[in-house]
Amino acid sequence: MKEKLILIGNGMAGVRTLEELLKLTPDHYDITVFGGEPYGNYNRILLSPVLAGEKTIDEIMLNDEQWYADNGITLHKGKWVESVDRARRIVHASDGTESAYDRLIIATGSTPFMIPVPGNELDGVIAFRDIGDVDTMLEVAAKQHGKAVVIGGGLLGLEAANGLLKQGMDVTVVHLMDCLMERQLDKPAAALLKASLEQKGLKFLMQAQTEAILGKDRVEAVRFKDGLEVAADLVVMAVGIRANYALAEKIGLHCERGVVVNDTMQTFDPRVYAVGECVQHRGQTYGLVAPLFEQAKVCANHLAHIGIARYEGSVTSTKLKVTGIDLFSAGDFVGDDTTEDLILQDPGRGVYKKVVLKDNRIKGAVMYGDTIDGTWYFELMRDNTDVSGFRDNLLFGQAHLGDSGHGDDNRVAAMADTTEICGCNGVCKGDIVNAITRKNLFTLDDVRAHTKASSSCGSCTGLVEALLAHTVGGDYSESPAKKPLCACTVHTHDEIRAGIRDQALKTIPAVQHFFEWKTPNGCSKCRPALNYYLLCQWPGDYQDDSQSRFINERAHANIQKDATYSVIPRMWGGGTTPRELRAIADVAEKYQVQTVHVTGGQRIALYGLTKEELPRIWGELNQAGLVSGHAYGKALRTVKTCVGREWCRFGTQDSTQLGIDLEKMTWGSWTPHKFKMAASGCPRNCAEATIKDFGVVCVDSGYELHVGGNGGVKVRATDLLCHVETPEQVLEYCAAFMQLYREEAHYLERTAPWIERVGLSYVKENIVADDVGRRALAERFDYSQQFAQDDPWQARAAGAEAHEFTPIKQVG
Amino acid sequence: MQQAEEITTDSGWIEIGTVDEIPPLGARVVRTPGGDIAVFRTADDEIFALRDQCPHKGGPLSQGIVHGKHVACPLHDWKIHLDSGEAVAPDEGCAARFAVKVEGGVIQLSLTPDEGCPNQ
Repeated sequence: MKEKLILIGNGMAGVRTLEELLKLTPDHYDITVFGGEPYGNYNRILLSPVLAGEKTIDEIMLNDEQWYADNGITLHKGKWVESVDRARRIVHASDGTESAYDRLIIATGSTPFMIPVPGNELDGVIAFRDIGDVDTMLEVAAKQHGKAVVIGGGLLGLEAANGLLKQGMDVTVVHLMDCLMERQLDKPAAALLKASLEQKGLKFLMQAQTEAILGKDRVEAVRFKDGLEVAADLVVMAVGIRANYALAEKIGLHCERGVVVNDTMQTFDPRVYAVGECVQHRGQTYGLVAPLFEQAKVCANHLAHIGIARYEGSVTSTKLKVTGIDLFSAGDFVGDDTTEDLILQDPGRGVYKKVVLKDNRIKGAVMYGDTIDGTWYFELMRDNTDVSGFRDNLLFGQAHLGDSGHGDDNRVAAMADTTEICGCNGVCKGDIVNAITRKNLFTLDDVRAHTKASSSCGSCTGLVEALLAHTVGGDYSESPAKKPLCACTVHTHDEIRAGIRDQALKTIPAVQHFFEWKTPNGCSKCRPALNYYLLCQWPGDYQDDSQSRFINERAHANIQKDATYSVIPRMWGGGTTPRELRAIADVAEKYQVQTVHVTGGQRIALYGLTKEELPRIWGELNQAGLVSGHAYGKALRTVKTCVGREWCRFGTQDSTQLGIDLEKMTWGSWTPHKFKMAASGCPRNCAEATIKDFGVVCVDSGYELHVGGNGGVKVRATDLLCHVETPEQVLEYCAAFMQLYREEAHYLERTAPWIERVGLSYVKENIVADDVGRRALAERFDYSQQFAQDDPWQARAAGAEAHEFTPIKQVG
Repeated sequence: MQQAEEITTDSGWIEIGTVDEIPPLGARVVRTPGGDIAVFRTADDEIFALRDQCPHKGGPLSQGIVHGKHVACPLHDWKIHLDSGEAVAPDEGCAARFAVKVEGGVIQLSLTPDEGCPNQ
């Protein structure tokens, strides 16, 4: 006998809960849904485009009636639930329908607030909340080129006004405050918005307080406190929404500003759950779609008796599109006496950006016209990053403009459908928009899963988010308060690293057990991360798990697109000898290497080798003294040098020997992501040390140490760490810097984003200002190197891990 | 080619080795004239065999990370169900399955792919 589940409220949050539940356990419940509206579940945030005539009702349906039938769900549409007998567990609907439940979900959403003025019940006075309202608006608009008054200058009001304008009406927006969208925008941004909307033909009455709506049966005019009267055939009230908890309150559930729920979305009656806009969680109510979907996921997890998910609230930013204009806001963007404002204003381009700082940390941001860096500001805000190191460039954005792969195109609205957004995976704007609308996607993760856009290097994330904001409609938000390591866990990288250390967890299963992993043995994302974290925390103690490494690190060679491998031996500091070159040439001829190529890191690469050949090739290279170059690993890769003082007439120090010494010290170390170094003999910087993770620029008085640079997708020049005087100091600072990065960065986070996340001043405090701390870091690095500096090629050439390189069986 | 036919037409099964020869959460390759077959071992010692070709771009699935009853392709991280050969949604496509049976730790493999998958 199946348990009975009833959902009251056939809207986006409630039905999403059912979808999540069906994914987890399709057959656990007999499900019944009550919905007041005579439709299936539709995308409420797309009502504006329907009003504007850009979409039809069919196009915004998320779950049509067939979906309910296919999933065996009984749908009572157009029926309001009058009451619930919680003792007998029976739901009573308006038409007399009765239905019993074992579990109940309340998802009654919100109701628009109708301001209490005389005449607000007249015909033609409506809200903007459901398909019924849109139908009414379209009817009035169709009859005559009439006059509409929209009360409320927030997002919803402006969207309604824009839609009615497009339907040919003469529209006046009435707002109580002196600037539009005061909850999302500051005054300058609001003024830009108002000017732009006026240009489109909207009229505004600011600081206008509605006194009465006039008319006999139908609305005829609106009168304001100052006596002004404005004629109207239609009045749309869009002054706000309130959590609709009337039913919950009536049946005796504890309510405050919404139905009060705990972290499992349970109300005070353990058989009754609540999700969506009707809910109050930890004192907060939410109206954006992403937090509601998070709640749905948690609720479904508990209904499915899995019982491990918790909703811990959401931090929201708002990326908005109002009638084709990009807006972004997050956090406290107004500020007070204790904060500082950084402002960029460019009226000619229609761009306004403001970032509010307190103690060099972002408290909030508001942007108009160009919102591409909103995601970046939001991340800096959430991570509480000290921005003092790049404060002077903060307003200019994350240097997206120079990124390889998508030129300087950063205005998604103006792009053609054929414009490539994701250069890694060849995904165009049209592909993304199609996937979002056809498959009903709402979040960045959804888009990544379906289209692969921004799922590789991630540099187009801002563009994809902007496309989401444009396509999904009025609002879009990226919400998780904390980012779990992967979908197998709710815990963050930092929490897991701390757990490994404090709980002395020493195997991957021990970590997964302690942190209650949701999957039996992780996934391709978390296992390599855990393997690295354990290796870094317990050098010499932890037994490396080769099955948790990516193929390149498991096979000690780089897999290529045709499943062959490449071999790149180490050349210390970029130097080599005739004997080594001869050995490489011999191997290349003997194994008929298809391509011999010189790499960007001053090494020679051999391409097109089969996996079975690798151990033999390595053995032959070993004979000439060549060892693994770790070109395949999240590890120390290369130290690139110029010839320095030894040959160059400009050289100030022996950069070549310094590079060799650095490489001898650091080779074999595993790092969160690849780690590249360079040493240049003078500021002409021929070794390109200022785009490396750790770079040395020799000067006459000593050595400049640079950190956090990289070439590649997002070129980033290094930050200057400090100046030192001797080669010994260079080595100590390098070891300490690498160890800090090894111990604190997230897996697959390069030094550049790591430094941007924690701030350069944090790195300086630990490496430059704290002599004792620096030495301790360097000592920990040296200690772990004792266990890391074995040539993996030599062992495998001698027969280790033979199963990795040979087929289990050859047939025929 | 001839030899392969001899072996399979006999009983339909060939012996490829023991469970112990495949690392847990790992895979080995069976080389055949018709192409490589990847043989996987899960944490619970279940054995599955699939055509060693990802439906996406032909990546060698045998080189991927095995987790649960899935393998992640080493080239672009598509996830493939070991038991059905189907790509995990929302990706679409499949790698052909080959029947396996294990008796006393010895693995027998059929060289005839299951029908129903174009990627044979």
